[in-house]
Amino acid sequence: MEQKTKIHAEAGKQELRVTRDFDLPLELLFQAYTEPEIVEQWMGTKVIKLENQKHGAWRFETTDPMANVHIFSGVIHDFLPFKKITRTFQMENTPFEAQLEFLDFESVEEQKSKLTMHIVFRSVALRDQMLALPFAQGINMAHNRLQEIVNKLI
Amino acid sequence: MNLRRDVFQAIADPTRRAILLLLATQAMTAGAIAANFDSARPTVSKHLQILTECELLKQVQNGREIFYSVNPEKVKEVAEWAEQFRQLWDERFNKLETIMKKYQ
Repeated sequence: MEQKTKIHAEAGKQELRVTRDFDLPLELLFQAYTEPEIVEQWMGTKVIKLENQKHGAWRFETTDPMANVHIFSGVIHDFLPFKKITRTFQMENTPFEAQLEFLDFESVEEQKSKLTMHIVFRSVALRDQMLALPFAQGINMAHNRLQEIVNKLI
Repeated sequence: MNLRRDVFQAIADPTRRAILLLLATQAMTAGAIAANFDSARPTVSKHLQILTECELLKQVQNGREIFYSVNPEKVKEVAEWAEQFRQLWDERFNKLETIMKKYQ
């Protein structure tokens, strides 16, 4: 079966693209990015702030299975409903610098949509390090499922 | 000997993965690498030896010191780094899809 989520990361470039086809109408796909209660469910994070507008800000707080709290935040540079979100992303209190994210939402047909996430990093090294992060932390499906169960217990 | 299997065995260890991540942005001496871990120096040396043997790390002599750095070609060959990142997003997107289908 063809993979629904694809990653394009060319060697020596400070950017990467993640594309995903959804069996969802465009409206619902976009809604999943803008409604805090829904973002919380699929991102597995707490939404502290999510201002869906040009020059808005966002802030998420995530507790990992080891009970460490991680804060992710950024500003929304551009917000075009059902079309595009341009935002910055930064993991606070880490050596990672801000990255620029272009999220393009497209309708493929009535019940199908597509998301392209284009991420630009400050350097090639930072991109490679970000790519390596889940690998280094050993994040895998079992791990996430464990986190899900732990989250339910709290 | 099956070299491919060795590479995957090499990266299966969390300390060795942490060493690779540490060296992703800079070359370091064995001493500087060991300073980042609680493990005894000989243990870290053993990890470096395994990573070097399967070519995930390269050694560069600089005066009297040996610097270790990641061998990008070999890492690319393993292709595991980007794959884990892809899987992380794939899983999140699967969840998104399942949740939003309920709203249809």
